[in-house]
Amino acid sequence: MDYVLQLILNGLFVGTFYALVALGYSMVYGIIKLLNFAHGDIYMLGGFVGFTLLTVGSGALAGGGGIIALVVVMALAMVATGLVGLVLERVAYRPLRSAPRLSVLITAVGASFALEYGVAVGYGPNPRAYPVTVGGGAVHLLGARITYAQLVMMAIAVILMFGLDTLVRRTRSGRAMRAISQDPRACLLMGVNVDQVISRTFFIGSALAGAAGVMAGAYYGKIDFLMGFIIGLKAFTAAVIGGIGNIRGAVLGAIVLGLLESFGTAWLGSQWRDVFAFAFLILFLTVRPTGLLGERVTERV
Amino acid sequence: MTNVLEVDAVDVAYGKVQALTGVSLTVGEGEVVSLLGNNGAGKSTTVSTISGLVRPQQGTVTAFGRDITRATPWSIVEQGLIHVPEGRRIFSRLTVHENLLLGGYTIKDNSLIESRVREVYDLLPRLADRRAQQGGTLSGGEQQMLAIGRAMIAGPRLIMLDEPTMGLAPLVVAQVMETIAAINSAGASVLLIEQNARAALKVAHRGYVLDSGRVTLTGTAAELARDPQVVEAYLGK
Repeated sequence: MDYVLQLILNGLFVGTFYALVALGYSMVYGIIKLLNFAHGDIYMLGGFVGFTLLTVGSGALAGGGGIIALVVVMALAMVATGLVGLVLERVAYRPLRSAPRLSVLITAVGASFALEYGVAVGYGPNPRAYPVTVGGGAVHLLGARITYAQLVMMAIAVILMFGLDTLVRRTRSGRAMRAISQDPRACLLMGVNVDQVISRTFFIGSALAGAAGVMAGAYYGKIDFLMGFIIGLKAFTAAVIGGIGNIRGAVLGAIVLGLLESFGTAWLGSQWRDVFAFAFLILFLTVRPTGLLGERVTERV
Repeated sequence: MTNVLEVDAVDVAYGKVQALTGVSLTVGEGEVVSLLGNNGAGKSTTVSTISGLVRPQQGTVTAFGRDITRATPWSIVEQGLIHVPEGRRIFSRLTVHENLLLGGYTIKDNSLIESRVREVYDLLPRLADRRAQQGGTLSGGEQQMLAIGRAMIAGPRLIMLDEPTMGLAPLVVAQVMETIAAINSAGASVLLIEQNARAALKVAHRGYVLDSGRVTLTGTAAELARDPQVVEAYLGK
């Protein structure tokens, strides 16, 4: 029983940061129908921005403000990765807005490599140990163990997700995002500055991925320039499980994926973790390509 | 009478295909002007050029005294020139209410949007009944009303409707025309693009006939309705 609870907690924790990455993936897909393969690398970049800030600010950390420092660093990393996402869209994707889908897809792969090897040039190809890890004090809950830092990070992730959900469902900006995903040309006639809304979407999605990058660094204790590759695929899997383009679906899919991995690993061993995740991707693509919460459209033509 | 819209000698080409050649037209303040023509005559290209979706090779477009030939579509909407596109183009997975709110996207004042949404609900009670329904579940006529209602939220000074009666039953066509007349009497000028010349000339003051990308005929609605060419081509005997 304790063991099962521990597996659930681990799955939920991993699921929350898969969710943060999957959200950006899903938002970008929803609004411009682009599978942004560079999205995982934005997450990686978040890890490295966090690494740099924590290293520079290690004096402040010595003062004992571990969790607070982590939160501040997370916020700064979000701004930085958000801006990178904005530039990425402006430079790599916008000029190709009316180009064939395949051209943009290949550009996304190129952008992914550019970010990966750009970071490899800057930081070297070897993994870096994260200056802060989420060890430290822990809560014991019915025999399962979760650290305070994990709890704080999960709480932040949940707040971010609720914030995003409210933004998309209730605000003018969110309405425009949903409308663009359906008919960008009609949005122009509503007076929506479509480019601006797409930029905003990239900023938000990239910022969320950046936050997840910092969380991952602190949780796993090390980062490297290729860490975004697998997580990009995982986020895609999560988005597909939940129903790509659907915000709540992305979160649900990510949590389901986190739990599946957690239990799958316990059952078959950790070397099977990715096999498990991608087997589910294939399963969903075959059996239910619209995902758990995919739009079941009733449209009259 | 001052002109709210002046299109002057506009040429538009899609690649090598010439869509418009030297098209000129005007809409005066408070006027309802009809643009008639068959499929492929260039009617939709004309309105799309005015609303900034299509860029002309030659010529100028002036709205409310300002040159908008190269303006962005959203800045044109901000000036009060609203284009209701062909095929309604409502957002089918947003609710009726959300569709209307999007119509007021350029308006910063939320209370103004709300009061205009209420006005639209008063004018078109069917929409009020269906406010929480997804746009895609409405009937064709209701969708057209929604598209027009959505344009009204922006507070149009000039509204351009591209084939609003296409595919609608005669009774619904009459309703759409009544709504257009109501918008006009509330102060907006109207550019009405139609194949249904009979319905259009009933509400219009003046009209233009477009053929193969050129304006071939213009006159008052009464003149056009009597013109043998128009009668033969669009009205039947």
